[in-house]
Amino acid sequence: METVVELSGVVAVLSNFPALAGIDLVVHRGEIVLLHGPNGAGKTSVLRVCAGLLPIERGEGSVMGVNLRTHRESVREQVGLLGHSNGLYLELTVTQNVSFWASTVGATAQEVALAMQRMKIDGRLAHVKASQLSAGQRRRCALASLIVRRASLWLLDEPHAGLDTAGQDELDAILQSAVSSGATVVLASHETQRSRLLATRIVKVDGGLISGSES
Amino acid sequence: MTTTQSTATPTTQKLGIATVVALIFLVLSGLIFSAEDVVQGSTVRMMYVHVPSIWVAYLAFGLTALCSAVYVSNRSRSLIWDRFAGASAEIGVLFVAISLVTGSLWGRLTWGTFWVWDARLTSTAFLFITYIGYLAVRRLGGTFSQRARRSAIMALLAVLEIPLVHFSVNLWRTLHQKASIADPNAKVQLDGFMLFTLFWGLISFSMLFAWLLIHRQRLMALEDAVQDQGLDRAIQERRTEAGR
Amino acid sequence: MQTVRRVSLAVVRKDLRIEWSSKVLLNQVAPFSLVIMIMFAFALDNEGILQRVAPGLVWLATLFSMLVIVQRSFAVETADGALDALRVAGTEPLGIFIGKSLALMVQLLALELMLLAIALVLYAVEPTAMGYAETFATMLIATIGLGFVGTLYGGLGAGARGRETLLPLLLLPAVAPVLIGATRATEAAFGSGGAQSSEGWPWIGLLAVFAGVFGAVGALAFGPMIEE
Repeated sequence: METVVELSGVVAVLSNFPALAGIDLVVHRGEIVLLHGPNGAGKTSVLRVCAGLLPIERGEGSVMGVNLRTHRESVREQVGLLGHSNGLYLELTVTQNVSFWASTVGATAQEVALAMQRMKIDGRLAHVKASQLSAGQRRRCALASLIVRRASLWLLDEPHAGLDTAGQDELDAILQSAVSSGATVVLASHETQRSRLLATRIVKVDGGLISGSES
Repeated sequence: MTTTQSTATPTTQKLGIATVVALIFLVLSGLIFSAEDVVQGSTVRMMYVHVPSIWVAYLAFGLTALCSAVYVSNRSRSLIWDRFAGASAEIGVLFVAISLVTGSLWGRLTWGTFWVWDARLTSTAFLFITYIGYLAVRRLGGTFSQRARRSAIMALLAVLEIPLVHFSVNLWRTLHQKASIADPNAKVQLDGFMLFTLFWGLISFSMLFAWLLIHRQRLMALEDAVQDQGLDRAIQERRTEAGR
Repeated sequence: MQTVRRVSLAVVRKDLRIEWSSKVLLNQVAPFSLVIMIMFAFALDNEGILQRVAPGLVWLATLFSMLVIVQRSFAVETADGALDALRVAGTEPLGIFIGKSLALMVQLLALELMLLAIALVLYAVEPTAMGYAETFATMLIATIGLGFVGTLYGGLGAGARGRETLLPLLLLPAVAPVLIGATRATEAAFGSGGAQSSEGWPWIGLLAVFAGVFGAVGALAFGPMIEE
């Protein structure tokens, strides 16, 4: 099975603080890996390292065969990160936001419409400015942008937060279908129960280290 | 437990002593042995500090650009190039400041004004500001390699900007200025020994530059090592926190 | 190439759309530059002098306003982590650079035209037809250079928190050649202080060189600059 993420002894630093103190993690294609742990454990940092945003101070890492030490910028063509912020342009409407992301990868208007439909942000919400959306609606908009970008590796940081039950169900369905089309998902979540059902593997993160793994 | 580590080695100590001797000779030549200028009298002696200073500054900034280029092109990305670039820029800024101040004083003594907007002074002031900006960018933080890459790009940008500014300013001043009287340097008649003293100034200041550069680079390496050790400690602490 | 073009168009459209929607340039920056022009009059207090230095004042006001516009251009990206998202998506940095530069150029050009109109009114400047042609040529070419260099340094400032304050220190020295060149060319165009119209064209040449240099450099250096 193809290895999508491979981290070995990774130390990553945020303002002189070692957010990650030596992470070893391997993720294979088609897995849904849940990163689980208390606040400050380093879950977000693991995701950001995999996204190529956070540089590796010590250790080695590669994502989809690209060395994170030397080429972390080029990692990203097939990676989608949904972080704490949503990556939205607050002055633009929902449609304009998703369309922008679509146009950067050459996706069609139909794909935009489809993504918006799946996340239930078509209809009335389509022409609302992002600044006027609720937190959950913004999340859905960000997810629609991710869908439209056809990422191979989905990195999600607390994706269920802010979504109502229906939204969370839809998200789970989307992740399942993404995986069955060949994508891989790594998510960090507090929503333990739901995420446990969704995940193929659960990894416990604590104090900047991996402290356990279960399937 | 404290360890004292010095950045001195036998080589730098020899260099240091040689530099001091050279500078002493420069001072003696400049102040006593060399003749006064026909027009300016004793104030011409400022030249022996002012000109070598700006020379060292250009040398320093050239080195910064060179080291930055090497860092960017070098696949192995050895940080020592970045440290030399940074150390060199710091010394360069110092010497530009010295040259601006001495030039200003010289102008005041000779022509009665502290500052004139002639091409050379203006360009030099710009040089100063540009590299202050470079030093500010160096202090932005991040990992050592992030700092190195950012700084290298800034240094190369500076190399582009300096000639552009210099050329613009020159064009500007030549179209406006009737006679450029602002540079006291322009009208000095240098006899044999004065010329020699000037060159000696260039040589001894360059030695001083080399000495300062080597020490500053080593100091930087030590500072970076301390930061690394701090990181090691922090990692240890984090691990014990997590209970292992 | 295809990707770069696609990304540039997407970014230009997005930036201009945001400006159209929020009207920051119209509501905030334009009044700000108008205030600057008026304050110059307070400080210089002499109609003859104002007329003489009008070109310089126009370009000074442009540069100060540019600081605001550039910061705004990147504040839009960092407000909700959009720049992060762009970086993660591996969106072609060259495309982002070209797109944002173009958007910046459009906004600056609009501002400069407004400032020109204000100068004509407030400072009693009266160019000839040739002078107008020269002025527009100067504005166009100077703005191209400003767009490139502003986006480049703006990108550096956007990388992480606490960096925005560096922008003026880095940007203003870098655009000094534009200030010198554009002002001299505009003086020639306006006939200020007896300048001949023909004297302006060499300066416009300098502006073109500046634009070329920073276009090339920005294309190469922008990617690393927006890194954290």
